[in-house]
Amino acid sequence: MTALATRAKPATSPPPAKIMRRRRREGPWFGWVLVAPAAGALLLITAFPLVYNAMNSVRHVDLLDGSSRPFVGTENYRRLFSEHTFVPALEHTLGFTAVSVTLEVAVGLVLALLLNMPFRGRGLLRASLLIPWAVPTAVAATLWRNMFDRSNGFVDYLLGALHLPGAHVTWLANTWSSWVMVLVTDAWQSTPLVAILLLAGLQSVPAEVYEAGRIDGASRWQSFRYLTWPLLRPALMVAVVFRALSALLIFDVIYVVTGGGPGNSTETLSFVNYHAFLVDNNFGYGGAISISMLITTVMVALLLRRVLAARC
Amino acid sequence: MSLQTIPSRTVDRRALMRRSPLLISSVAVALAFLFPFYWIFAQSMQSSKEFSLGQPRFWPRHPTLENYRDILANDGFARALANSFLVSVAVAAFTVTASCLAAFGLVRLIRRGKEAALGFFVLAGFFPMTAMLGPLFLLFRTTGLLDTFPAVILADLVYTLPLATWLLTSLFEQLPWELEEAARVDGCTRMQALRHVVVPIAAPALVTVAVLSFVLSWNDFTFALSFLSSPQKYTAPLSMVFLGQSKYQIFYNRTDAAVVIITVPVALLVFLAQKRIVTGLTAGALK
Repeated sequence: MTALATRAKPATSPPPAKIMRRRRREGPWFGWVLVAPAAGALLLITAFPLVYNAMNSVRHVDLLDGSSRPFVGTENYRRLFSEHTFVPALEHTLGFTAVSVTLEVAVGLVLALLLNMPFRGRGLLRASLLIPWAVPTAVAATLWRNMFDRSNGFVDYLLGALHLPGAHVTWLANTWSSWVMVLVTDAWQSTPLVAILLLAGLQSVPAEVYEAGRIDGASRWQSFRYLTWPLLRPALMVAVVFRALSALLIFDVIYVVTGGGPGNSTETLSFVNYHAFLVDNNFGYGGAISISMLITTVMVALLLRRVLAARC
Repeated sequence: MSLQTIPSRTVDRRALMRRSPLLISSVAVALAFLFPFYWIFAQSMQSSKEFSLGQPRFWPRHPTLENYRDILANDGFARALANSFLVSVAVAAFTVTASCLAAFGLVRLIRRGKEAALGFFVLAGFFPMTAMLGPLFLLFRTTGLLDTFPAVILADLVYTLPLATWLLTSLFEQLPWELEEAARVDGCTRMQALRHVVVPIAAPALVTVAVLSFVLSWNDFTFALSFLSSPQKYTAPLSMVFLGQSKYQIFYNRTDAAVVIITVPVALLVFLAQKRIVTGLTAGALK
């Protein structure tokens, strides 16, 4: 009886075994056809440059004598360390990444905690935070360059009105103040994203957890320290890694605000890489910079994973 | 009745008092992030004469639209805006189509190699942009694509495709099989099932992907700077940056006007699609 009943069942609904077999037979092949446009485009713009850079980096590639590309071995890589451009740029980039990520995650956390409280106008506040994020980086950079302008900028106006030092100063004239401009621009644009990511993390903490904490007599600080913080960790990790990996690539802000100056004191890896490729048209040296940049990125990513995973 | 209303009012006031630090700090935060826009807007309404005095005010003495008229009519900024729009729409259209197909293929059809393919999509999103510049420049030079929009559109996909494919893959994984199977039993081909069953269900997510792609490619400066050389092909951010550099004397009030013009559509989009953008960003990052 039971055998009959189970056997009778598939006849009414579509036979799953048949569908499964058909799916398996025609599936994967057609699947890769569907993946091809997206994967092909991405391979062309990332994997191809990777391979081509690696090939060019051991050759001398110049647009002027395009036909011959003599093999030069490690010359381009040795140039990275003999010339006074790459190493300073590497130091600037790592320093900028450390400072900006710390700043943005700290401020972003405060903003996220604020946005997590229920109050009227919260949606409006979130939207107004999103606008700086959504504006093109070149626009943010132009905006802040003009804000710091010595005759018509707001920073200048404010410092002058308050009789503080820093008024009527050409901010771009020295290294320290140039970096302040870069940091302010980057923080203004990127902190909102950090806040939004952390807010999503905060909202994934169930209300019952806090309820339970309150019943057990936890103070506000205790409930943050022992409930919110550990549960927020994953989101915090994502935010740190995200921000660090994009801070390592900073280019638009440097190009628009400081142009790498004064001297080469605000040049970053992306900036010198762009310069080698499109100003000097030196594709061998540029390739060597690109490869070193990729290695730097991977190493920072691995290091962060190590450090953050160990702390969890 | 009156006995009840009085205490509740005091409670209200006390609640408001307790809340006021919160209100004040949120207003302060909003101001810190939005005030720069106001300042730049006020400066953009200054005439060049007033601007050159170097005495900034919260609102100019003689507000004028001459900067806007100038950059739109004389400096070709209107064309740059149209170029940016064209590029961003093309990027968004390709991204939505290609990532939808890819996500469907990955989730429904591919058995082996799915994780590796997804891993590649995610990692590609972290590829350094400037490392693409040299090889792509040489490629576009030999194929005659230098100084054309397709060059910029292709390069811009590095901003959009990884996020879009990741988002749609995680969405399709949550969709039930049964609907498609029902369509298949009714005689639909696999592509018809995608078009008539999956796409309508996923429509909100596809809109999110389109909005994010538009914003991300509207933001591009690096690729436009590297691959476009004739001023009539400049995108809006590129045109804006060179607006300040092409004159003997830099009048920032003109670049201020450009900043305002580029910001307005982005701000509108953010207010209209705030929820979508937030879900897209957080779902893309936290899974």
